[in-house]
Amino acid sequence: MKQSNLMAKIARAPYILWAAIFIVVPLLIVVYYAFTDSSGSFTLANLAELVQYKETFLLSLWYSLIATFITLLISYPFAFFMSRKGPNAQRMMLLLVMLPMWMNLLIRTYSWMNILERNGIINNLLGMLGIEPLTMIGTGGAVILGMIYNYLPYMILPIYTVMSKIDPLLLEAAEDLGANNLAKLRRVILPLSKPGVISGIAMVFVPSISTFYISQKLGGGKIMLIGDVIERQIQTAYNYNLGAAISLILMILVLLSMAVVNRWAGKDEEGGVIF
Amino acid sequence: MKTLDRVLTWLIFAFLYAPLLVMVFFSFNAGRSTAIFSGFSFKWYIEMFTNRDTMLALQNTLVLALLSAIIATVLGTMAAVGISKMRSQAGRSAIMTTTNIPMMNPDIVTGVSMMLLFVFVGRFLMADNSLGFATLLIAHITFNLPYVVLNVLPKLRQTDKHLAEAAMDLGCTPVQAFFKVTLPSIRPGILAGFLMAFTMSLDDFVISYYTSGPNFQTLPLKIFSMTKKTVKPDMYALSSVIFIAILVLMILVNLAQAKADKQNQQNPRR
Repeated sequence: MKQSNLMAKIARAPYILWAAIFIVVPLLIVVYYAFTDSSGSFTLANLAELVQYKETFLLSLWYSLIATFITLLISYPFAFFMSRKGPNAQRMMLLLVMLPMWMNLLIRTYSWMNILERNGIINNLLGMLGIEPLTMIGTGGAVILGMIYNYLPYMILPIYTVMSKIDPLLLEAAEDLGANNLAKLRRVILPLSKPGVISGIAMVFVPSISTFYISQKLGGGKIMLIGDVIERQIQTAYNYNLGAAISLILMILVLLSMAVVNRWAGKDEEGGVIF
Repeated sequence: MKTLDRVLTWLIFAFLYAPLLVMVFFSFNAGRSTAIFSGFSFKWYIEMFTNRDTMLALQNTLVLALLSAIIATVLGTMAAVGISKMRSQAGRSAIMTTTNIPMMNPDIVTGVSMMLLFVFVGRFLMADNSLGFATLLIAHITFNLPYVVLNVLPKLRQTDKHLAEAAMDLGCTPVQAFFKVTLPSIRPGILAGFLMAFTMSLDDFVISYYTSGPNFQTLPLKIFSMTKKTVKPDMYALSSVIFIAILVLMILVNLAQAKADKQNQQNPRR
């Protein structure tokens, strides 16, 4: 028994070391950079500078909240209907939902740009009908659309997973006990699907609030989100200290948001499902 | 209810596939535009397959994904086995919290944090440019590891730990007991973890963007630098080929799964 305990320790040691060096230490280094200047001495200037990005933070938060809400609104009934279909139809639909996920996000977003831009596909079609071209690229709507499009499968999949585990007999029993559709939804389906909803919200909200590619392409250079600011500071301005400070705040914002969602969900031991 | 179901299903699939159809359609464009169609042609497919840079990026992407997924699978499986035998509740929850960090954190924060580590260490070592294949590999292994650990742990929980003990009572060493008893029962979890890690690595752009240097380009990085200017249809041609490859692969996996399900229904004792 002693020997196998030692083996277990040896088995997990490389991972613990790896996680310490490449997960924990980088976060400490972010904190270090956020509180120092380029020469390495302590400063609060980076954090003070964040005040000018208040609007950007709020805009990112607002867009990602709208995107998450709309995604949830369309995914929830869709996942429910999907989970009530025959096994072959379910398998087919699952495949069709997952397939776009494996396509590169950059290409999918660029393709939307082709659809929405001034000389794009929609405006070409409208032109044939003699309608004036619309300006879509550069609007908040286009950016939110990009978020919804790219992360929709991440909302559908976890909700579908929990929905498909709901026993149809349970719904029948509820019906026998006099529950109408609304009561069935409120008393049976909603509570049982909560873990899936929470994972879905996390998997849509987090990448939406931190995106920079979607806002670059569909925002047409007019819409700056917090991800764009980080990208610019790190990749163009080489101001690692300010970039680290913004990253730090973004991370705290995400953790706080998820804490709020988890609290709303009540106690949830396993923290939801991944897929 | 029925009509709502039908309308919603069609709308969502139309929405999901519209940009992909645009991509496939314009990959056959004779002109250079990705929005105005001027005739049918295969020329972008030929251009893509003969483009050295694109093929090199494709090769880099595959090598990186395979290597990082294999290393993450080995390290992660070992870790899961070790963690499942941990007695201390506090230690276990510390490890699990750390494991969840890369999954909870926005990719951009993970990417920036690792880049800062590499830059920081690079400055100590007086290296000119610390970012490249090695740092990219480290980053990919790091974000792949949680997928492996979280896929293998539940399988370990389901296996009867007395089996491995019985094997040891019968004279197996702990290592033999692992390979002969534990490993076969957690194999589906390991495979699922490996596949998830592999696809995550193939598709990753954000973390790679921060942790790679100018000397090593993956396909997503190349696509990014190309989309900074106007994209020619060759990028769409490449994506269409990948799309068809994935479609075929997924249909095959599905058919195999459907067959396995059917067999399970026929003799449920298996």
